[in-house]
Amino acid sequence: MDEQYSCVIIGAGPAGLSVAIAITKNSKKKVLVLDREKHPGGILNQCIHTGFGLTQYKEELTGPEYAWRVYSEAKELGIEIRLSTSVIRVSEDKVITTISAEKGIEKIKAQAIVFCTGCRERARGVIHIPGDRPAGVYTAGLAQKFINIDGYLPGKRVVILGSGDIGLIMARRLTFQGAKVLAVLEASSFVGGLSRNVVQCLDDFGIPLYLSHTIIDIVGKNRVEKVKIARVDENMRAIRGTEFEINCDTVLLSIGLIPENELAEMAQVKLDPATNGAIVDENYMTNISGIFSCGNALHVHDLVDKLAVEAQTVGKKVAEYISGGVFAESDIIVTHDDFIRYLLPKKISGKSDVRFHFRVRRPLSDVVLKLNNFERKFPYLQPNEMSSVLIPAKHFEDIEEGIQREIKIWIREN
Amino acid sequence: MVSSKSNSNNNYDVIVIGGGIVGASIIRELSRYDLKICLIEKEAELSFGVSKSNSGIVHAGFHSPPNTLKGPLCARGNFLYDQLHLELGVPFKRVGELVIIKQSEEIPDLEKFKRWGEECGVPGMKILNESEVHQYEPSLSTDVIGALYAPTAGVVNPYEFVFLLAQNAKKNGAEIKTSEEVISIGDRVAKTTEVITTKDRYNTKYIINAAGLYGDRIANMVGIYNFKIIPRKGEEYLLDKKLKGLVKQVIFPLPSKTSKGTLVIPTLDGTIMVGPSAEDIDDKNDLTTTDEVCWQIFDKAKQMIPAIHHKYLISTFAGNRPVPVKLIKNAKGKYVKDPDGDDDFIIAKTDDVPGFINVAGIQSPGLTAAPAIAEKVISILKDDGVVLKANKYFVSTNPNPKKIREMSDDELDKLIKSEPDYGKIVCRCEMVSEGEIMNAIENGAQTLDGVKFRTRAGMGRCQGGFCSFKTMELLAKGLDISPLEITKRGEGSNILVEDLKKQKEKI
Ligand SMILES: Cc1cc2nc3c(=O)[nH]c(=O)nc-3n(C[C@H](O)[C@H](O)[C@H](O)COP(=O)(O)OP(=O)(O)OC[C@H]3O[C@@H](n4cnc5c(N)ncnc54)[C@H](O)[C@@H]3O)c2cc1C
Ligand SMILES: Cc1cc2nc3c(=O)[nH]c(=O)nc-3n(C[C@H](O)[C@H](O)[C@H](O)COP(=O)(O)OP(=O)(O)OC[C@H]3O[C@@H](n4cnc5c(N)ncnc54)[C@H](O)[C@@H]3O)c2cc1C
Repeated sequence: MDEQYSCVIIGAGPAGLSVAIAITKNSKKKVLVLDREKHPGGILNQCIHTGFGLTQYKEELTGPEYAWRVYSEAKELGIEIRLSTSVIRVSEDKVITTISAEKGIEKIKAQAIVFCTGCRERARGVIHIPGDRPAGVYTAGLAQKFINIDGYLPGKRVVILGSGDIGLIMARRLTFQGAKVLAVLEASSFVGGLSRNVVQCLDDFGIPLYLSHTIIDIVGKNRVEKVKIARVDENMRAIRGTEFEINCDTVLLSIGLIPENELAEMAQVKLDPATNGAIVDENYMTNISGIFSCGNALHVHDLVDKLAVEAQTVGKKVAEYISGGVFAESDIIVTHDDFIRYLLPKKISGKSDVRFHFRVRRPLSDVVLKLNNFERKFPYLQPNEMSSVLIPAKHFEDIEEGIQREIKIWIREN
Repeated sequence: MVSSKSNSNNNYDVIVIGGGIVGASIIRELSRYDLKICLIEKEAELSFGVSKSNSGIVHAGFHSPPNTLKGPLCARGNFLYDQLHLELGVPFKRVGELVIIKQSEEIPDLEKFKRWGEECGVPGMKILNESEVHQYEPSLSTDVIGALYAPTAGVVNPYEFVFLLAQNAKKNGAEIKTSEEVISIGDRVAKTTEVITTKDRYNTKYIINAAGLYGDRIANMVGIYNFKIIPRKGEEYLLDKKLKGLVKQVIFPLPSKTSKGTLVIPTLDGTIMVGPSAEDIDDKNDLTTTDEVCWQIFDKAKQMIPAIHHKYLISTFAGNRPVPVKLIKNAKGKYVKDPDGDDDFIIAKTDDVPGFINVAGIQSPGLTAAPAIAEKVISILKDDGVVLKANKYFVSTNPNPKKIREMSDDELDKLIKSEPDYGKIVCRCEMVSEGEIMNAIENGAQTLDGVKFRTRAGMGRCQGGFCSFKTMELLAKGLDISPLEITKRGEGSNILVEDLKKQKEKI
C-alpha cells in the first residue's frame, strides 16, 4: 500500500470540498480530496452565470466565484487536495487506485470514503431520437463547456430538447453570444428546471417554450439541417397531425442528469433505481460501512446552497465515524407513496431527528405530508424543486419492534 | 483540384478503390509483393462506408450453400482471423454462435445448415437439444427447444480491423489516400488505365473495384452494366455495459431469405448489441434509425433473451448492405433484372475490360469473408499474368498498440513513468489516455469519429459529453489546424461554428 488516510473524498466539486471542510472542522484527522480535473470546483467552473450562494453567503456569486470561496476555505484549513488524479478503482475494503501522469498508478487505503463524484448528462442514445446522426447534436452541458470554457460557439440556429436547468441557462447564454434559439421543447406537461430560470432565460428573451412536444426526427447528412417536432400524449407518443418542422443547425439536449456511481458500484455500494445514487441511511452512509455519498453523486441538486447544507451533515457524520464513533443501527426502512418520486435517507435508526429530501412526480398544490401523527402542510410541491422536511425523533418512537421495521411517508391532497 | 499533367509518381501497378474491410484486406495482401500500390477512399476516414456499421460477427460459415462464393469464402475467412489477430492485433474473440428454434418442425432446417457448413469446411458444429441449449446459454427464453451450435464464430471490432490492415499495408509501402473520390476512369492505353479523382490523376495497370455500395457506379465508369447495388438497411441498438455477460454466444433466430434475422450479440467491448433489421431502401446515404424498427428489434430480441430491455439503450446506428442485383440486356437493349440472377458476391475480372477487377456486392458475410476475398483477388491477378515477387521488406506485424484499459497496474505504471501522456485520462467512461489519442492521430485519424473509432474515446456512457473538446484540442494540435476546422466525420460535419475569442476582439 502506498499511502493511508483517515478519509479520502473522491471529487473536488462543491460537495467534496464542503465535506472535507466539515470533516476537518469536526475532527483532527488526515483527509485527502482527489479530482481528475486540473482545477477544483467541478461542474461550477462552467456555470459562469450568477445565482450561487444566495442563502449561504447572501450574495449572488457566479459558479467559479462560489467554487473559489469554498476552495480557499479548504486551503486555509490545510486540507490536502490532489488534482489531475483520476480514481479508477475502489474496492469494498476501501482501497482506492488512482492514475496520474505524475505518479503513475497508486493505491491508497482509507478508513472512510466519501463519493462526491457528481453527475453526467443523459445523451441522445438513451432516449432514441430517430433520424440521422449528423454533427450538431450536443448535450447542453457540452455546449456550455464549448462556450464558457473553450470559447467557441457550437451553432447559430438552435433547438433545445428538454427543459432542464442547463438547457434553460444555455438558451440565454447562446442568445447573448449571438445565436438564435428557436424553441425549447419539453415532452412532459411541466418544466424540468427551476421556475426562476424559465422567467430569466426564456421569457425575458422571447424564446418559445413548447410543453408536451418532442423531436420525432433529426434531419441532416453532415450537420443538422432541421428537426421534425410533434405534440405528444400522456404516454409520450407523438400525436398525428401535430407535426411541424424547424430549420436549425444545432440540437441541444437537456434531458436530465444521472449521478455517476460506477466507482461506487465497484465497491459493492447498492444504488436506488429512483435516483441512480447510493441508498444511504440517516448518516449518509451506504450499505458498506465507512463509505458515504454526498452531492450530485447521491441525488441531483438544483441549488448549491442545499448541497452545502447536506455536506455539513455528511462531514459531521464522517468525522464521528473516523473518530471511532459508533452509529445507532439504521434498521428502519422508509417507504413512500406514489406521489413521491424519490426520498432519502431510506434507512433510519429512529433514535434521532431526520431531515428527509424528496421530489414529487408531478406538480401538487395544497397537500399534507404525513408520517404517523406527524403532519406538514405544503402550499405546493414541484417536481423540479427538491423539497425537504425535518421529522423529529419522537414520531419514530411508536414503531413496532419486529423483524422488518418499516415506516411509510405519504402525501394527501386537500 | 485536378492537375492536368500526371507525373511518374502517379503510376501504379494496382489501385484499389474503396477503403472498407474489403479494400483494406486487399491492399494489405498486395503489400506482401513488390508492387506499387495505392488505395483511394472518398471519406475522411477508412471504414466509414459499410464497414464500420455492422454487427461485427465473424460468422462460422454455414449460412450459404457450398456452390456459392459466399459459403466457402465465409468459412475460409473465418479460419484466417486467428492469424490476423496474432499478426496485426485485430481485436477478435471466438465466442460461438447459436441458431435457436422453438418448434421441433424446425430441426430439419438446422440440419440443412449443419450440412452446408460441413460442406464449406466449418469445424465443430453440433445440434443441441433442449437441456443442452439452456446449459450453453442460461438466459435464453424458456420455450427454446434446440439450436445449431458453431464454436468457431467470433466477434471483431470491424473498424479497428480496417485501421490495422491499412496501418500494416502502409508500413509495407502501400499508399493510402483519404478524402479523395474517384470520379472517372479513362481509356486503357498501353496496358494502363487513367484514374481521375477529385484531387489528382493516376495511371495504373490494374483497378480493383471495392467501392461497396458504389461498386455499380465504378463499374459503370468502365462500361460494365450487368449489375446494380441496392442498399438494404440494418439498424443496430447498443446496450449498456451493465448487461455484460448476459449472453456468451451470438444468438440467432432461424434465418429468412433476405437476412440472418435479428441477433443478440455479445460485442468485443463487453456490451450487448441487438439488431440488425433488414429493409430495402432507395437512398444509399440513408442511415436514419426509426422508432418502429427500434420497437420491432427489441420485441424480437426479447423473444430470444427476455432480460433485454430498451431502458439499457445507449446508442443506435444503421448500415446499408450492398446487395447486388444481376442485370441482363432485354430485347430493347435495356438492362433489366436477370430472372436467373442470384445475390452472391461478384469477384471477377471482366474479359472485355482488361485490368479491371470487380469485388462488388459484398454484403453479409463480407466482413468475415474479406481476408479470403483478398486471397482470391491475388489469385485472379496471378492468373491474369501478374508477376508477384515477394516484397523483401514486408513485415507482417504491427507495433503493439498501447491500450491502457487492457493493461495490468504494473505494466501501466511502468508505461506512464516512461511516457506520462498515458497517465492523462481523456475519456473517463472508457479509460482512454492522451497518449492513445495522439497515437491514433499519428496513425491517420483525421476527425472526431476517427479518433473515437480508433480509441473508443467518446463511445461510453456519456457519449463524449465530457471528453469531446479535449479530443478536439489534441486533433487540432496533431493536425495543426484550428478547432473550428475539426469535423465529426469529414467535410461539412464541423463541430463548432465560431471562435468567440475573435468575436470579443472585434468588439
Ligand atoms: C449546469 C448547471 C447549472 C447549475 N446552476 C445552479 C445555480 O444557478 N445556482 C445553484 O445554486 N446551483 C446550480 N447548480 C447546482 C449545483 O451547483 C450543482 O448541483 C453542484 O455543483 C454539484 O456539486 P458536486 O460536487 O456534487 O458535483 P460536481 O461539481 O460535478 O463535482 C464532481 C467532481 O468529482 C470529480 N470526479 C468524478 N469522478 C472522479 C474520479 N473517478 N476520479 C477523480 N475525480 C472524480 C469530477 O472531476 C468533479 O470535479 C447547477 C448545476 C449545473 C450542472
Ligand atoms: C447492418 C449490417 C450488419 C452486418 N453484419 C455483418 C456481420 O456481422 N458479419 C459479416 O461478416 N458481415 C456483416 N455485414 C456485411 C459487411 O459489413 C459488409 O459486407 C462489408 O463491410 C463490406 O465491405 P466493403 O469494403 O465492400 O464496403 P465498404 O465498407 O462500404 O467500403 C467501400 C468503400 O468505398 C468507398 N467508395 C465508394 N465510392 C468511391 C469512390 N468513387 N472513390 C473512392 N472511394 C469510394 C466508400 O466510401 C467505402 O468506404 C453487415 C452489414 C450491415 C449493413
